[in-house]
Amino acid sequence: MKYMHKTIEELHELLKNGEVTSEELIQESLELSHKVQEKYNAFVTILDDAKPREITDNLLSGIPYGIKDNYSTKGILSTGSSNTLKDYVPFFSATAVLNLEKAGAVPVNKTVLDEFGMGGTGTTGHTGIVKNPWNPTRMCAGSSAGSACAVASGVYPYALGSDTGDSIRKPAAYCGIVGYKPTYGMISRYGLFAFASSLDHCGVLTRNVQDAAIVVDAMKGIDPNDMTSWDSENIHLRASLNGQVKGKKVCYIKEICDIANYPHANAELKEHLANFHRTLDNLKNLGVTVEEVSVDRTLLNAEPATYVTISCAEATSNMSNLTGIIFGPRGAGENYIAMMKDHRTKGFSPLIKRRFVIGSYILQRENQERYFKNAQRVRRLLVDRWKELFATYDAVILPVGSGPAKPLENSNTKLDSNSEILEEHLQIGNFGGFPSITIPNGFISGLPVGINITGNCYDDANVLNIAYALENTMNYRNQIAKEVTNHD
Amino acid sequence: MTKYLAKIGLEMHCEISKTKSKVFSSAKNSFSGSPNSNVRPVDMAFPGTLPVVNKEAVRLSLMASMILHCTQPEYMYFERKNYYYPDLPKGYQITQNTKPIPVGTDGYVEFEYNGELHKVRINNIHLEEDTASLDHYYSTSNIDYNRAGIPLLELVTEPDLHSADEAVAFLEHMRSIYQYANISDADSKKGQIRCDVNVSIMDASLDENNPDNWGTKVEMKNVNSFGGVRDAINYEINRQIELKETGKYAEMEQQTRRWDEESGTTKFMRSKVDEIDYKYFVEPNIPKFKIDPEWLKEIKNSIPMLALDRKNKYINELGLSNYDATVLVKEKAISDYFEECVNIGIDPKRAANWVTVNIISELNKDSISIDEFYLRPKELKLITDALESNKISSKQAKEIFTKSLEEKKSPQEFINANSQISDTQELTTIIKNILATHQEQIADYHNGHTNLFDYFVGQVMKETKGKANPVMTKEILKQELDK
Repeated sequence: MKYMHKTIEELHELLKNGEVTSEELIQESLELSHKVQEKYNAFVTILDDAKPREITDNLLSGIPYGIKDNYSTKGILSTGSSNTLKDYVPFFSATAVLNLEKAGAVPVNKTVLDEFGMGGTGTTGHTGIVKNPWNPTRMCAGSSAGSACAVASGVYPYALGSDTGDSIRKPAAYCGIVGYKPTYGMISRYGLFAFASSLDHCGVLTRNVQDAAIVVDAMKGIDPNDMTSWDSENIHLRASLNGQVKGKKVCYIKEICDIANYPHANAELKEHLANFHRTLDNLKNLGVTVEEVSVDRTLLNAEPATYVTISCAEATSNMSNLTGIIFGPRGAGENYIAMMKDHRTKGFSPLIKRRFVIGSYILQRENQERYFKNAQRVRRLLVDRWKELFATYDAVILPVGSGPAKPLENSNTKLDSNSEILEEHLQIGNFGGFPSITIPNGFISGLPVGINITGNCYDDANVLNIAYALENTMNYRNQIAKEVTNHD
Repeated sequence: MTKYLAKIGLEMHCEISKTKSKVFSSAKNSFSGSPNSNVRPVDMAFPGTLPVVNKEAVRLSLMASMILHCTQPEYMYFERKNYYYPDLPKGYQITQNTKPIPVGTDGYVEFEYNGELHKVRINNIHLEEDTASLDHYYSTSNIDYNRAGIPLLELVTEPDLHSADEAVAFLEHMRSIYQYANISDADSKKGQIRCDVNVSIMDASLDENNPDNWGTKVEMKNVNSFGGVRDAINYEINRQIELKETGKYAEMEQQTRRWDEESGTTKFMRSKVDEIDYKYFVEPNIPKFKIDPEWLKEIKNSIPMLALDRKNKYINELGLSNYDATVLVKEKAISDYFEECVNIGIDPKRAANWVTVNIISELNKDSISIDEFYLRPKELKLITDALESNKISSKQAKEIFTKSLEEKKSPQEFINANSQISDTQELTTIIKNILATHQEQIADYHNGHTNLFDYFVGQVMKETKGKANPVMTKEILKQELDK
C-alpha cells in the first residue's frame, strides 16, 4: 500500500505537489478493491474504468472513494444489494454524489449493504456476506458493511454510508474506523434508496475525524429536491476542528454503561465497558466534565421495539415502488397482481419480507393506535429526554454495542435481553436526527471496538470537535485492518 | 318517490390545471403532450426520488377552501394512502386524510337550483396527486404517466342533496367556481372532473336530520361526466326503491358499486366488510409547515370575482338585464370575452347583445368554445365602431359579421367595401347633381306627386351603389327639394 492509507489532506498535498497523480491513486485503489473483493466480498461493482479528475484546490479532487450501493449513481449499476434491482442502472445521481462529483472526487466502487439497509450484519446483500477485515470469521455489522470493510482495509480514505438505525456507526466500530452521520437533512437524501424516510441519514466512513469533516463539508447543502434538507452554508466542519474542548460537558447514561446492569456479562462486555470508562478518563484529562446521568429504564427498554415499529412501517410503504413494472426484473404472471407478487417473492430476502409483514401489520387501521402511534409517542419521549440532556451537556457519550464484531456463525442468535439497549441505543440518534459519530477506542480479543458521541441537532461542529480531541488522545487514528496490511 | 327521500353525497375530484408544474414534481402540468412526455423521475417512483410540494398548488387549494367557507389548518400535512395498482407507481398516493387535518374542513356551498338557493355542507376538501392514466386494450394495457402527480382537489360533501338534478346543479356550480377562481379548466372532456357518488334512501316521513333514520349507503365509483352522475343516481335510487318495495332492502349491505356507462347500470364491486385498509400515515418526506396567516390574508384578497359577483356587477354597474347577465356568466370563457369587449371600449349593452345573440348562436351552431371563435373582441370592435359612426348599417353589420366568419377575414375588409356615405357635404353634392338633371320631376313633385320622393332616393342609391346613408339621404333630399 503506497498511498491509500494516507489521510485526505496528505493525499491532496501529494497531488498538488505532483508527487503522485490521480491516475496512480485510482490504479492503486482499484487493485486494492479487487484484493478486498476476493477476501471479504465488499463490493457489488468495481469501476475499473474510473477516470482521473483534475486536481484543484478542493481537498477531494482526484482522490478515489467508495459509494454504498443504495445511492443512485447515473449510468452505474445501483442495486441496494437486492435482487429486485439487480440490473438497475439509474439515469440520475444522488445529490450527495453529485456534490462530490463537483468537488472532483472519483468513485471507484459500489459497496455491499444489507438489502436496502435493512439489517445490521452485512450478511443479507444479494451478492453474499461481507467479512470483517480484522478477522474474516467475524461480521462487519451493517448495513454499511462494504463501505466499512473497504475503508478499514485501506482501499481509499472514505466511503459513503447511510444510517437509519446505526448503519454507519456500528460497522465503523466493528471495523475500527470513524463513522459519522450528521444532523438529519444536512445532507440531501435525494437519490438515496429510502428505507425509513424519517430515520434515514446519509453519512460517511473514514479513518479519522478530520476526513469525516472534510467529506461531509462537500456532501452537505440544501437541496431543492429534498424538502427536509436545510441550509448549512455557515457551518464549516473542518475549519471548526480546533481540539479546544476544555470546559465542555458530556454525560453518559448509567442504565446503559454500568456493568451492574448486566449480571450475565461475558468477559468481552466487561472489558468493553471498562475500556469505555478508561476512554472517559482521557476526556477528563482534556478538561472535559464527564457526568453520569440517569434515564428511565422503562423508556430505554421501549426503545428497540419503537425502532422496529417505525422503521418497518415506513419501509413497507417506501418499498411499495418495487413492483418490477417500471424498473427491476419484470415478474411473470397472468395479471399485474401476479406479476408484482412474483417479482417481490423472488426478489426480497426472507429477512426483509418479515419486516414488511411487521410493517404492514403495524399500519393496519386497527393496530395503528396501539403500535404505530405509541411508537411515535415513545420516540418523542426519548428525543425530549435527549434534548433535555443537551440543554446541560454538549454531548452524550456511550459505548457502541456490547463489544467487538460478532462471529458470522450463529450471527442471528438472539440478543441477551439485558444488553439489548446497549446494542440498539444508537437508534435514538436517528429518532432525533442528532449528529452522531463513532470513533475507535481500543481492542478486545484483537478486534476493534468503538465509542459514540452524539450531540444536539445542528451542533455537528461541536460533536466533531469533541471526537477530534478525543481521537488525539488515542492511537487508533488512521489504523488499517491488519489482515490486508499483512497481505501487501 | 314521495314515499322515499334520497340522500346523496358527492366526492368530486377536480384536477388543478392552473399550476405550471405537478403537485410534488417539477414536471409540466399539462393535459396535452404525447404520452409519457411530462414525466420526472419522481412521477415514476424511481428509487431515491422525493416529493417536493408545489406552493402554487397549495395556494390554489387554500383558495378553494376559503371559497367553500371551510376552516383552513394551522399546519399543512400530507399523508400516504397505501395501495397497489399499476397507475400508482410509488405504491401509495400522497394525499390528506381528515387526521391530522386537510386543507379545508366543515364548509358549505350555496347554489341556485330551480330558482331557489340550496345549501350543501362540505365535510372536507383536500389536496392530493392524480394517478397515471391507463388505456386498456384487448390483451394489453398502456400506462401514461403524464397524469401521475397532477394536483387534484377532492371535496367531500355531506349527504345533503336529494335528487340527481340537484346533484348536477351543485357540480355545475362547483365547476363554475373552479373556473372563475382560475383554479382549473374543470373540463370533464379532458378527464379533469371525476366523481364518486353515494346514495341512500329513507322513509320520507322521518326526520332526515337524524342519521339513525338514514338508509344503507351505496357508493358508486368513477362516474366521469355530469350526465353519468345524473343517470347513476337515478338508476341507484330506483334500484333501492325496488329493493324496498320487494322487501329485500334489509338484506342490502353497505357497499361500493361501479357505474357502468355502457349498460347504464351499477355493478357490485365490494361490500363494507371488504373495504380496503389504506394504512394512512403522515408523509415523512414533507415536513409539516405552518401556514402563515399573512399568506392566508393575501390569498383571501386575491380570490377572483366569481360568477355571481360578476353577474351582479353586470346588472348594477353595466346596466344589463338579469337575463343577459345570467347568460353571460354561465361560462367563464364567455364572460371573459364579454369583459374584454367592454375593456377595449365596446358599449356594454351593445357587447352583451352581440355576445348573447349572435356569438352564442354561432358557437352552438359549430359546437365550439368561445376560445376557438374566430372573431376576437378587437375584431368585433371594428364592426361595432363602424356601426356607431354610421359607416355601416346594422343590417350591414350583421352581414359583415357573417362574412368574416365564413371567409375567416378581418371585418375591416368588408367594412371598407361597404362603408356608408354619411358625410353631409358629400351627400349634398351628390343630391344636388342628381336634382340638377331632373328638373321635370322636381316640378311634378312640387305639383303634388309626392311619391316621387322615393324616386329621388332611389336615384341617390343608384348613384352611390347603395352606400348613401338612407336617413341622411332623406333628410338632405327633403331640404334640397323644399328650397
